[in-house]
Amino acid sequence: MTKSSRRKRFLTGENGFRLPPMVKRREKLIKIKRYWKVETLEEAYELNQKRANRIIGGMVWMKMGEKQFHTAIDLSDVVSSEIVENEEEFIIGAMTTLRDLECHEGIHKYTDGAVKESLRHIVGVQFRNVATVGGSIWGRFGFSDVLTMFLAMDTYVDLYKGGRVSLEAFSKMPYDKDILLNIVVKKNTMSLAYESMRNTKTDFPVLACAASVRPDEVLLSIGARPQKAVIIRANDTVMKIDRSEQEEFARALAVQVKAEISVGSNMRASAEYRRQLAGVLARRAVMKALVADEQKPMVITDTDTLQTKGGEQIC
Amino acid sequence: MKQNDITSNYKYVHQPVQKKDAMALVTGQAVYVNDIASKESLIVKVLRSPHAHALIQKIQTESAKKIPGIACVLTYEDVPQKRFTMAGQTYPEPSPYDRLILDSRVRFVGDAVAIVAGSNEKAVDKALAKIKVKYKVLEPLLDFRNAKDHTILVHPEDNWRSLSQVGADNKRNLCASDSDGMGDVDEVLANCKYVVEETYHTLANQQAMMETFRTYTYLDAYGRLNVVSSTQVPFHVRRILANALDISKSKIRVSKPRIGGGFGAKQTVVAEVYPAIVTWITGKPAKMLYSRYESQICSSPRHEMEIKVRVGADEDGVIKGVDMYTLSNTGAFGEHGPTTVGLSGHKAISLYGKLEAYRFDYDVVYTNVMSAGAYRGYGATQGIFALESAVNELADKMHMDPVKLREQNMVREGQIMPSYYGERTNSCALDRCLTRAKEMMNWDEKFPRKKMENGKVRGVGIAMAMQGSGISNVDVGSVTIKLNDEGFYSLSLGAADMGTGCDTILAQIAAEELECPLENIAVKGVDTDVSPYDSGSYASSTTYITGQAVIKACVKLKNQMMEFGADKLGLSVEQVSIDGKCVYNEDNPEEYITISDISYAAECGCNTAMQVTASHSSPVSPPPYMVGMAEVEVDCETGQVELLDYVAVVDCGTTINPNLTRVQTEGGLVQGIGMALYENIQYTEAGQMMNNSFMQYKLPTRQDIGKIRVEFEESYEATGPYGAKSIGEIVINTPSPAIADAVYRATGLRFRELPITAEKIAMGLLEKA
Amino acid sequence: MLIKMWLNGEPIRDHMDADMLLLDFVRRHGALSVKRGCETANCGLCTVLLEGKPVLSCSILAAKAEGKHVVTLEGVQKEAEEFGTFLANQGAEQCGFCNPGFIMNILAMEKELKDPTEEEINEYLAGNLCRCSGFVGQLRSIQAYLKHKQEVRAHEAE
Repeated sequence: MTKSSRRKRFLTGENGFRLPPMVKRREKLIKIKRYWKVETLEEAYELNQKRANRIIGGMVWMKMGEKQFHTAIDLSDVVSSEIVENEEEFIIGAMTTLRDLECHEGIHKYTDGAVKESLRHIVGVQFRNVATVGGSIWGRFGFSDVLTMFLAMDTYVDLYKGGRVSLEAFSKMPYDKDILLNIVVKKNTMSLAYESMRNTKTDFPVLACAASVRPDEVLLSIGARPQKAVIIRANDTVMKIDRSEQEEFARALAVQVKAEISVGSNMRASAEYRRQLAGVLARRAVMKALVADEQKPMVITDTDTLQTKGGEQIC
Repeated sequence: MKQNDITSNYKYVHQPVQKKDAMALVTGQAVYVNDIASKESLIVKVLRSPHAHALIQKIQTESAKKIPGIACVLTYEDVPQKRFTMAGQTYPEPSPYDRLILDSRVRFVGDAVAIVAGSNEKAVDKALAKIKVKYKVLEPLLDFRNAKDHTILVHPEDNWRSLSQVGADNKRNLCASDSDGMGDVDEVLANCKYVVEETYHTLANQQAMMETFRTYTYLDAYGRLNVVSSTQVPFHVRRILANALDISKSKIRVSKPRIGGGFGAKQTVVAEVYPAIVTWITGKPAKMLYSRYESQICSSPRHEMEIKVRVGADEDGVIKGVDMYTLSNTGAFGEHGPTTVGLSGHKAISLYGKLEAYRFDYDVVYTNVMSAGAYRGYGATQGIFALESAVNELADKMHMDPVKLREQNMVREGQIMPSYYGERTNSCALDRCLTRAKEMMNWDEKFPRKKMENGKVRGVGIAMAMQGSGISNVDVGSVTIKLNDEGFYSLSLGAADMGTGCDTILAQIAAEELECPLENIAVKGVDTDVSPYDSGSYASSTTYITGQAVIKACVKLKNQMMEFGADKLGLSVEQVSIDGKCVYNEDNPEEYITISDISYAAECGCNTAMQVTASHSSPVSPPPYMVGMAEVEVDCETGQVELLDYVAVVDCGTTINPNLTRVQTEGGLVQGIGMALYENIQYTEAGQMMNNSFMQYKLPTRQDIGKIRVEFEESYEATGPYGAKSIGEIVINTPSPAIADAVYRATGLRFRELPITAEKIAMGLLEKA
Repeated sequence: MLIKMWLNGEPIRDHMDADMLLLDFVRRHGALSVKRGCETANCGLCTVLLEGKPVLSCSILAAKAEGKHVVTLEGVQKEAEEFGTFLANQGAEQCGFCNPGFIMNILAMEKELKDPTEEEINEYLAGNLCRCSGFVGQLRSIQAYLKHKQEVRAHEAE
């Protein structure tokens, strides 16, 4: 790439990040007139219909956008910040912090450690104690590890008005004025793995990739392209390969990914490099997931087996 | 000379004592500028130019001034029209006088357009938004490679001036230009069997100290401007502010509290002028706290340099000639431009002791990007990256181990260094550093590469480095030591402790000299009204220069106490001796007077002040030396580099406080690692710096640095305090060239431009394959 | 708006703007150890404990701490001194500006992680930047401190 074309791509605005223009003073933080802790969801919904008002989650991302608005709507009392696990699913309250998600034993076990891997690089513990799962999912940010990870699972979002919607569909929906209540992960049989490339260990990913190996399909969620994550499902040619031929399978899928993925350039990397990474990370993630799959004894139906052994420390 | 025997007898010197301010810092006491600034201070902010080059045609401030709480809004029409430099250097500064506090011509994105002060931040923000500026946008000069003699002039103004003979010419965009050399380098290189000729490029890295630039100002009862600033150069601040405000120096007093890091950034007067002019005009206390954004886009980073190197060796591996040309980008203003560039040659070339000829030419050019300044290493970092990389390439060309090539050619103790002002190396353990580093790294086994089972490849690389110890014949360090009642001493310093621990180090030297407990030395940091003059804490000068001043002062004070004590004992001064506790009769130690009694006696009916001020300046600047070796592991598919191990062996003479020299070294290495691998500087075509936050400018975290191992090979520098040289800057110089070579050994890819990102490696390998 | 919270064990009632950040609020109430090092939630200098958990006070509205307990270094002086001595014994406090946030996170880590490995320590503290870049010395002090605490615990158990 020539120097001038490299420079030009910075100007195209295809950063993928919804961040303010460069020259704007970023140092002045958030400006709001009123802070309102709502008592009912309906109250929150009503307030949120006004253009001047905003729902605040952890606020770490919002704060970077130099937002000025009238009322900050705090959902703490009406939206859950807890993770509920039952036989079929995990119900993750939208106000749950990334750190609580990272440290949840059931999720850790179910995702073969992939969720923790997707979260542990995000800035630092103090940051993840503030940022919420709902904030990350609602934002549908290009750089989002969280969205990338959850798209690889059988995930739904519960919206106050919109009801239950698959995350894949939600990720493509335009921003509206609804309220995100829960993120629901169905405990379908699958093995998961997460891979990302970062310029420094706690930076945004240059590219992120979550792999999901299921009985009848294999899919990848690829994020930080730098646009938001998309799902790529292994095509018939790949699926015809015997999965016990792990390397062959993974290589074939990597070829498919490199051919299909749409990538762009931003400050962190060029499109060409991202395409290369997509192939590498896809292969590695699928390999990891296939290995995890192989080691699983059987289809899990009993939730007891999902529990981590007592005393195992995951955070 | 081996140091161990000499230093083993010291009680406070060469000891890892705790810093005197340590417990205040770890318990979070309110000791920094913004902790002690008056709550009544006006908040000062600056409106910044969105254009890289423009003329302000009209600027409307009326509606901004009307906002409740606004105390003043200042534009270029409200400031003195005499140009000055913000570079904290000894007068007459080599840096050109090219600044106004506010100018009608803005020269980079982020340049100051207007100053707003108000009683609260919200009002100030509102006022900033209300200022209307009409710009005549001009074409910016952004490419420093074409800046010299370009038709676009960054400083066309007639009142631009250069006080020193540095080859500056504003009508040619030249901030400095010169050449230096010995012998006929072209002929020597023509006769060399092996010659490497390459160009190297380093970026304008940010110092990024955790405490951004900040200053608090107020008028005292005498109507004088009091300036409390986070600065490395209090005395220079006084002069620069007087120049900027066009007022008498006698009107200004500068003091510095604890400082949250400097690394050279605070050797430039970045923030001080803004609250100073506000207080001077309004009479009200004011403070300016730079945001991180401002610290990134309008401050004083490292000079971007492009360095062309030719280096040649004969068939026996003797390096005979070095030819360097440095093009340095000083940006919109010339702070430290003429001086940093010199080190890029002198402190690289002088590492090699068998040269028959060398040439070093340079140009320093103005462009429409942020002005550069001083950053740890000060040009040596850039030059050493270039030359040490070139020497590594030379070794490769000769199929020779780069360690062997250095063993054969490095400068050694006793040699004259023609490229280092003809100074002789009176203390140099570089050879021992190299031997030890090689051992620690297990170099012979690891060189050049090792393929791992997981497909990754490991490689090792090496670099040597030197720096100076203060600026010879320029830097002045002074201290005042005073005997107080009960026999404790107060040590008044003009040198600025910016977290380095020099307050403690200088107290250690005083305690050693005066043979008293360290607690008996009360240290007082800088207040330009009362502290003795000191050039400031930069150029790796404090321990070496000011340390010697401490010794001089203590020796004089001891003499005074002996004279006084002898008089009290009815003896002549030749008959008495002094130890830490008393002055006694040498022939009859039972006959003595305690220091405590002397102190009380000196406070009663006495005509002698038990106080001494001493200054020190050095005709030489003895270099510390070091060797750095890196072991990296490269993921050839993603290009990711893991720095597995970094070994550094340093000769800084005597380590006055081994703990502090160690953390200085470790910290400098990590900053160097950041420069080598992570810290990118990117501009848009319009000249906006994009890495304007810690989100976009990635400092290495504790997860990014691998294992770092530091050892010392001490030499004894006779002109330094207790044999000490400097440590502060040299330690940032080796990582870039050592890591670049390690990456080369692992991948076969040469990187001559920093940082060496994963993308560059992965794409380079793809291209090769 | 009126807010009530506990700062270092002391109840506080104060009127403030709705957009005041917790960082500015605690500084206004004398917790000057809490520093701001960036505007993008990257540096960790402003770390305080909110209901016992380390959080970035630059990224939380003070209003969100309504009725909650906030602890800064001012509230854990004994612990700061205890760990700080280990830091100072290495010279690793350096310029000191990042120390308060860093020490708050160490105290949180101590509660959360049992016998952490070097890697776990570095991961837990990765959000605490330090430009003196004293990471190596800091690690030495942390390991010495944790070992000391372990010995104290073992001694007490006897």
